[in-house]
Amino acid sequence: MTKAITVSGLHKSFGRTHALDGLDLEVKTGEVHGFLGPNGSGKSTTIRVLLGLLRADSGAAQVLGRDPWADAVEAHRRIAYVPGDVTLWRNLSGGEVIDLFGRLRGGLDTGRRAELIERFELDPTKKGRTYSKGNRQKVALVAAFASDVDLLILDEPTSGLDPLMEAVFRRCVEEERDRGRTVLLSSHILSEVEELCDRVSIIRKGRTVETGSLADLRHLTRTSVTAELVGAPNGLAHLPGVHDLDVQGHRVRLQVDTSELDAVLRQLSETGVRSLTSTPPTLEELFLRHYQEDVPAEAAAR
Amino acid sequence: MTAVSTLRPTGPRQLAGTGTLVRFALRRDRAMIPIWIGVNALMVLSMPNTLKGLYGTSAERADLVRQMETNPSLRAMVGPVFDDSLGALTAWRVGVYAGAVAAVMSLIIVVRHTRDEEESGRQELVASGMVGRRASLTAALLTAAVANAVLALLLTAGLAGQGGAGALALGLGIAGVGMVFATMAAIVAQLTESARLARGLTAGVLGAAFVLRAAGDSATDDGSSALTWLSPIGWLENVRPFAAERWWVLLLFAAAVATQAAVAYELAGRRDVGMSFLPTRPGPASGRLGSATALAWRLQRGSLLGWSIGFFLAGVVYGGMTDGAADLVGDNDNAREIIERMGGQSGITDAFLSAMIGMLGLIAALYVVASVLRLHGEETSGRAEPVLANAVGRLRWASGHLLIAFGGSVLIMLLAGLGFAVGHGKEAGPILGACLVQVAAVWVIGGLAVLLHGLAPRAAVAAWGVAGAVLLIGWVGPALDVPQAVLDVSPFGHLPKLPGGGMEWGPVLVLVLVAVALVGVGLAGVRRRDMST
Repeated sequence: MTKAITVSGLHKSFGRTHALDGLDLEVKTGEVHGFLGPNGSGKSTTIRVLLGLLRADSGAAQVLGRDPWADAVEAHRRIAYVPGDVTLWRNLSGGEVIDLFGRLRGGLDTGRRAELIERFELDPTKKGRTYSKGNRQKVALVAAFASDVDLLILDEPTSGLDPLMEAVFRRCVEEERDRGRTVLLSSHILSEVEELCDRVSIIRKGRTVETGSLADLRHLTRTSVTAELVGAPNGLAHLPGVHDLDVQGHRVRLQVDTSELDAVLRQLSETGVRSLTSTPPTLEELFLRHYQEDVPAEAAAR
Repeated sequence: MTAVSTLRPTGPRQLAGTGTLVRFALRRDRAMIPIWIGVNALMVLSMPNTLKGLYGTSAERADLVRQMETNPSLRAMVGPVFDDSLGALTAWRVGVYAGAVAAVMSLIIVVRHTRDEEESGRQELVASGMVGRRASLTAALLTAAVANAVLALLLTAGLAGQGGAGALALGLGIAGVGMVFATMAAIVAQLTESARLARGLTAGVLGAAFVLRAAGDSATDDGSSALTWLSPIGWLENVRPFAAERWWVLLLFAAAVATQAAVAYELAGRRDVGMSFLPTRPGPASGRLGSATALAWRLQRGSLLGWSIGFFLAGVVYGGMTDGAADLVGDNDNAREIIERMGGQSGITDAFLSAMIGMLGLIAALYVVASVLRLHGEETSGRAEPVLANAVGRLRWASGHLLIAFGGSVLIMLLAGLGFAVGHGKEAGPILGACLVQVAAVWVIGGLAVLLHGLAPRAAVAAWGVAGAVLLIGWVGPALDVPQAVLDVSPFGHLPKLPGGGMEWGPVLVLVLVAVALVGVGLAGVRRRDMST
């Protein structure tokens, strides 16, 4: 399978701030790739490098097989971009902006444009400033989804959309995937990522800390187990990968590294199990683990 | 709907937070306001010494006054003289310009703290605090009042040596013009949704006030024409500082400020935050814009149209006054010297035309800077980013705006030339030539703006400083006896004096080449650097 985006060892600093510190990213053609990280971790900087708006200090990047800086215009012919904060021209109507952006890319599917305007319930005759944030976002989304491109780069595209419109957005992304288009989706809305993304990359402080399918990532985290046993449990505390063990009589609660789950279950069934619930880690827990790793270090630095 | 009207807030709570907002505004403008005041004060306060150097004896000064009484065209440029003291001559020579500079400062301050804030959405954040409904407008006007008061104080103190009463009258008059345009801007800011348009319209009113005064003063030699009295700048000269001051004229300023402020408050009280009385109409559901150049044209065509109309009309008005210069002055050496000091060349008609065309050339430098800096505005507002994320190269994106900036300067100077030719009725060829020659210097200023935008985007607005400095050198430099080295800094100083003087291709070509080089380096910078966020 070919790659739509390959990035390796990307560095970019602004003055003394190291926005990107050896970032890697690989997006396969035809997949929806989630791009996650706390605020200020370098997501937008990466996207702006991929769009040739910023020049990386070092490292390699390819977008649709082209150098994003030197070959920006040709690459952009096949890319649609939706920024997280859309600013429009005050004296241009939304419809004019959609058509302009379409023509400045590979062209616009007029039938799909009309359909999208209807689905997003957008009034294309209103002008720049009279749109609310959500409606400005819709203008950019309609322009992107109606364009004839291979790659969509969406930087927190649903900020400001109501839940109904967010559902429309999700269906649109699924349709794009069905058409074989590639989507790079930067988002903080985890349910959105969970529902849409084939694979995700998590970055922190300008560096990729985790990449893979959600199943892969889950494997790296802890499962919580609650069990009621026939007798008093023993030996659990000595098992590797067990955390937060809480024993009250015959009841046991614990967290276990998912890779060590098997050993724990064996130990439990040795005692005899009356009831057992095991909860896989939620995506939230997955991210919080990565996001929060910064906190103690930063607190110590202060 | 009576229920609604009873809800209209009254009482002191409407002004809650005004003090904080004024301090906030002064803090935000801590660099801008002192520069405006400083430049203006310097221009006025350096004048008595300069005039002393030029017209040392009272006989020379009396001669100058006689010339002005008999020359409507000169009066159109700087207004009538009321006395031959150094103070009165200072008020005559720079009063009108100082008033105009105070007006521009004031309108910028007021729009910046009213409509600009609403347009950007920052006003909502401020208004959600403990801030009264009238506080923002009041704070903007108070900030302008503080700036004008400081200016008046500086002028009064600095000119006190020429006569305390006259100094006070001139200071109050100049500050009065400033406040009239502050309150005018406050009205216009209620009418338009765009801060840019609000500034443009108020500046248009200022231009009209300038022309009205010029027309009135060319008709009468004592400022008594009705046209002069229609213009706030005309009131300023009618205060007659240092020449038996007419204090009651200052009441006109007070009345105008009070009336306009009342209108502005009334309008502001009748509309919602962010809305205006000239609301945005819906646009087409689908558009024909298909290129970055078309987009640039769409964004800039309105202001180019405004500049075009203004330059054509200014040409017609000043062209129409030109004949008066030749008829009444004839071969008088002294009057010619005055014109020549203003940048003209021998032969009084040509000299007058040359001086006026040169003045419009200087003003065209403001157009080219405004137009080039649209690039900067598009970039910093985040609107350039989605355009450049399409299949649009940076050069193509920039070239659309630059085409309008540089082509537009040709267009407005050509239209000014047509206006002069229409108003003057003859010499169309030489006049058009003289106007087009100005473009070479205008382009150098535009080139500097491109260079700054390309290499030092954070300092791009310094291009305004360049244009302002050039304007100042051109307007008052010759009268101030500044060293030639300083005058030579301005590209306009190197232009041949046309019509009248001989055409010199050398310097014009050099200026064009310099402009081309500046644009080239600037564009290379735009291609290589990161886009700002």
